[in-house]
Amino acid sequence: MKLFTILVSTILVNNYVFARFLGICPFLGVSTKMETATGMGFAVTFVITLASAITYFIQHAILDPLGIGYLQTLIFILVIASLVQFIELFIRKTSPGLYNAMGVYLPLITTNCVVLGVTILNIQEKYTFIEAITSGFGASLGFFLALILLSGVREKLELADVPEALKGVPIALISAGLMSIAFSGFSGLV
Amino acid sequence: MKLSEILKNGIFDENPVLVQLVGLCSVLAVSTSFINGLSMGLAVIFVLCCSNIVVSLLRKVIPDTIRIPAFIVVIATFVTILEMFLNAYLESVYKALGIFLPLIVVNCTILARAESFASKNKLIPSLVDGLGMGLGFTLTLSILGAVRELLGKGTLLSGTAAEINVFGEGFQAAGIWVAPPGAFILLGIFIAVFNVIMKKRKAKAAE
Repeated sequence: MKLFTILVSTILVNNYVFARFLGICPFLGVSTKMETATGMGFAVTFVITLASAITYFIQHAILDPLGIGYLQTLIFILVIASLVQFIELFIRKTSPGLYNAMGVYLPLITTNCVVLGVTILNIQEKYTFIEAITSGFGASLGFFLALILLSGVREKLELADVPEALKGVPIALISAGLMSIAFSGFSGLV
Repeated sequence: MKLSEILKNGIFDENPVLVQLVGLCSVLAVSTSFINGLSMGLAVIFVLCCSNIVVSLLRKVIPDTIRIPAFIVVIATFVTILEMFLNAYLESVYKALGIFLPLIVVNCTILARAESFASKNKLIPSLVDGLGMGLGFTLTLSILGAVRELLGKGTLLSGTAAEINVFGEGFQAAGIWVAPPGAFILLGIFIAVFNVIMKKRKAKAAE
């Protein structure tokens, strides 16, 4: 039951984009087209879920026993950066089709703060291994959902008659704000 | 480029938040009040200046192929120092910034300046660039914080001794402006207004 609560909470109630403001840069950057948004969404889901598992082991098997918890930020970002690099190499060798679909988005993920945010929050919330993976998976699904929704809206906005000054990013931000109001309707669900 | 120009460049022409649109996560999240915005801004100025100094000094030592991981390590080191310092001496700021303090590491403003400026320029220009970009970030963040606070709580400078209740006691503030949706909408309006101002200034300069 707790796993289900974590999943619902990370996807809808505490959506990482709309309620916690993590991953705004890629959220605005790649949401202009539905196709790119989907590619980025899959890549992020993959990386976050894997990163949640690996950082859990690093925290509990290396940092805690050695008493060097203060190195958390430094170690985690290095792990994420090398994980992203490794996945890129692995996919390029094994599956060219998949690489074409999401390869270009992989390097961008290192500076996507959702990844570092989720891994640090997992440790702060004192999640168990399974819970940490669930929360990572839920967070990335939430990010995916937000990205797809905004890219759908932005594709329509291109045809709409928007005031000159608001064209581009300002109107995207305002749309995101309205979506965020809609998402705040989920609060109290868990 | 003259030093004063580098400074002006960071605050106006290439303002990291309003023009380059980087580091938006922390902008949206911690701009709930003027004081929060200001403290986040100062934290970013510290990390940005220190990392620009170190990257600039090491620019001939760091091999090109591994420069990005090297920059990240430099930035993460200063963020960790700042985190430990705030935790020890300024507990309230540490609590207010929360998860966004370690996340300064992935604030793209800092990595972008290391990559595009400090790794190609001498020490003093790099330091000034860090200061300019940091000031641009801080100014935007504190103004956004002040506006959100005024609309959402009806106060100015809350959290300090000089707190002012602008609209008097009975004022019903619209809480949405301090909630997440307000941040998105206000930042959108800020960018639109800034674009209009910059366009007018450019048109004037061209005449």
